Amino acid sequence: MDARGAAEGRTAVTLFSTDHRVIGKQYIGLALFSVLLGMLLSLVMRFHLVHPDSKVRLFQMLWPDGAPGGQMTPELYLSLMTMHGTIMVFFVLTTAPQSGFGNYFLPLQLGAKDMAFPVLNMLSFWTTALSLVTLLAAFLVEGGAPLSGWTAYPPLSGLGKITGPGQGLGQDLWIVSIALFCAASLMGAINFIVTVIELRAPGMGYFDMPLTCWGWFVTALISLFAFAVLLAGGILLLLDRSAGTSFFIPAGLVVNDQAQTRSGGSPILFQHLFWFFGHPEVYIAILPGMGLISTVLGVFSGKKVFGYKAMAIAMLAIGGLGFVVWGHHMFISGMSPYSSIAFSVLTLAVGVPSAVKTFNWLATLWGGRLRFSAAMHYALGFVSLFITGGITGLVLGQPGLDIYFHDTYFVVAHFHLIMGVAAIFAIFAGLHYWFPKMYGRFLHEGLGKLHFFLTFALVYAVFVPLHFAGFVGNPRRYPDFKEYEFLKTVLPLHIGVTHAAYTLAAVQLLFLGNYFWSKRRGAVAPANPWGADTREWSDD
Amino acid sequence: MAIAILIAALAGATVALFFQPRWWFPDAISAHARAYDSQLVITLWVVGCIFVAAQAALAWVVFRYRDRGQQPSAAAGNNTLELLWTSATAVVFLALAFAGQGIWAGVHLAGPDPAALRIETLAKQFAWTYRYAGADGVFGRVDIRQIDDASGNPFGIDSRDPKGRDDITEALLRVPAGRPVELHLKSRDVIHNFFVRELRLKQDVVPGMTIPLRFTAETPGTYEVPCSELCGLGHHQMRSSLVVLPPAEFDEWMREAQQKVAQP
Repeated sequence: MDARGAAEGRTAVTLFSTDHRVIGKQYIGLALFSVLLGMLLSLVMRFHLVHPDSKVRLFQMLWPDGAPGGQMTPELYLSLMTMHGTIMVFFVLTTAPQSGFGNYFLPLQLGAKDMAFPVLNMLSFWTTALSLVTLLAAFLVEGGAPLSGWTAYPPLSGLGKITGPGQGLGQDLWIVSIALFCAASLMGAINFIVTVIELRAPGMGYFDMPLTCWGWFVTALISLFAFAVLLAGGILLLLDRSAGTSFFIPAGLVVNDQAQTRSGGSPILFQHLFWFFGHPEVYIAILPGMGLISTVLGVFSGKKVFGYKAMAIAMLAIGGLGFVVWGHHMFISGMSPYSSIAFSVLTLAVGVPSAVKTFNWLATLWGGRLRFSAAMHYALGFVSLFITGGITGLVLGQPGLDIYFHDTYFVVAHFHLIMGVAAIFAIFAGLHYWFPKMYGRFLHEGLGKLHFFLTFALVYAVFVPLHFAGFVGNPRRYPDFKEYEFLKTVLPLHIGVTHAAYTLAAVQLLFLGNYFWSKRRGAVAPANPWGADTREWSDD
Repeated sequence: MAIAILIAALAGATVALFFQPRWWFPDAISAHARAYDSQLVITLWVVGCIFVAAQAALAWVVFRYRDRGQQPSAAAGNNTLELLWTSATAVVFLALAFAGQGIWAGVHLAGPDPAALRIETLAKQFAWTYRYAGADGVFGRVDIRQIDDASGNPFGIDSRDPKGRDDITEALLRVPAGRPVELHLKSRDVIHNFFVRELRLKQDVVPGMTIPLRFTAETPGTYEVPCSELCGLGHHQMRSSLVVLPPAEFDEWMREAQQKVAQP
């Protein structure tokens, strides 16, 4: 074999590795690519919201059909929004904390050589990658990407091109992508669950596991039940679109002046299936972060995590209760008003274990000796954002109050803070904390802290004002606000938010630069740089 | 240290924003909307106090326990504390859940009012149409094969049904002030959403279902109705208006509208 062939052979081995560390890094790489793409899409949307009549050459080059003459069409805006949400929820928030960090560190922390099923692990990564490629392909097909949002409610998503551009092949690709993602997540979930049950070090009981392992374990249990249901919902939707079935299509529709012949389906049924997955998905994104934040706060306080057992039980409670609150996404959907009352009480009940976690984090800090590493900064930022984003759940969880706020920017602000930004702060904390283990070098601490301070202030500047657009009643998923008199008042607010968003995105270059620079040139790290007592630092 | 100050500053700025008058609700125009506002204000005070207490506690422990060479405490848990804060949180959260049910029940659990003015509300991509029963007080039958937007029959009112001949079809939702109104929300294609900010009412309009929505508007005026469930590329332009008229003006308008359909 010549030198070139040997090099290609090595690449292939690394690409299709069954080593959990390689796979963990691959997932993190995929999430990093996705988060950059998702952020760029959000910048294009923020630009369009405040300059709806601007003609931009770049848009025309990127989307000749969606932006003729550089003028963005509403359908292009909606497709960017759909792709932004889908990319961020699935390929960033579900991928990095669980599949990325989890794959790398779960076996190390349990004292196992690898995950229980290494080949299945590789397969689940490559299925995820295929899913991402399938999703992005929707940009390239006729009609472009789908415009029905990451929630894809039928009949808008169930009847094909007749309901709008992007609802043809673009929507099909979206569903196939999600189905592939479900399959990959199910494989991952089985692997994580079996690893935790079977491969704990001799003598390590469940309540001896670090809280990070608890986070990944409960997340895997949630994934197993949630993604199975989403997969079923996706398949039924695909059948409605391509096989003429009518699971979600009722009788008597006249769409775009054409009478439809289907009958017998229920649009609300899809919402039940979707949110049965969709609400637990929030915890899939946040539970691994909760585990990590507990660890980081403990290590940098010089203390044990306060209330370890209560923290583990709170995670189980969140995982369990998380499955019986999905109806709070559907208070105004037309489902029985009596079920709203039950969902409301259960929703506020799931807030209790979340509050318990916050109390224990504060108690962990209490009486400690706090060392302000970059990772510690992100962990403290996480707690602050978790409070800010979580607390509005007490408003939205009341069906009576949700009536006004549903589908306004208040909800946009709520879920971006709690599910998006808080989870991403946990990812930043994880990268700073574990980088020495993953690459043998430190991420630059000073640069990390600078990035933290700017990012922390700017996410407040972006997302807190959006609540007030919600107070005005500003509906979400509008490409522009020109049609309504009452929306003229919120335009200055949106202009401010857009500028904060530009700055926030620019600040992320600090992190990217730090990441790639430190991988090669960062200060060399000792074996256990933070003085932690979990196994990943003593292994090797 | 710096982070403690920043947390306190950001929390303070967040709270301060709640005292600006510019981006807030429009004035309430019904008893329900006023009840809504008072439940919201109560909730915001509770939420605000928790928010301030939690962020202040976070900033304070970060400041207080910054590294000054002290010996970290060995405390690793306290079951009494766990029990205390779990039950305290549960009481506050569940109290909010129960307190909030009143306004929900007011909108959705009250039975139909026979004296209410019934108006059929039809949503389609991307327009709203309203149908009044006319002089006979009965809605005519509908036949979807007769739907024809161009000739002004988006409902598909059946021309063979005499009860439908006096039905009034309108692009604006006109209602009399002070009289209970019952909308029958229907969609012809995808899911839409009927939202009137001043009434604090929002309801999905779902194809295949007829969803009742009841309200009594008190203050005459014109209020915008923005579609609030993503329905396609024209979603942001699917605009309608609720026009609340003094009762005498409404009766006058109704009389004229009835005369117009009587002499085609």
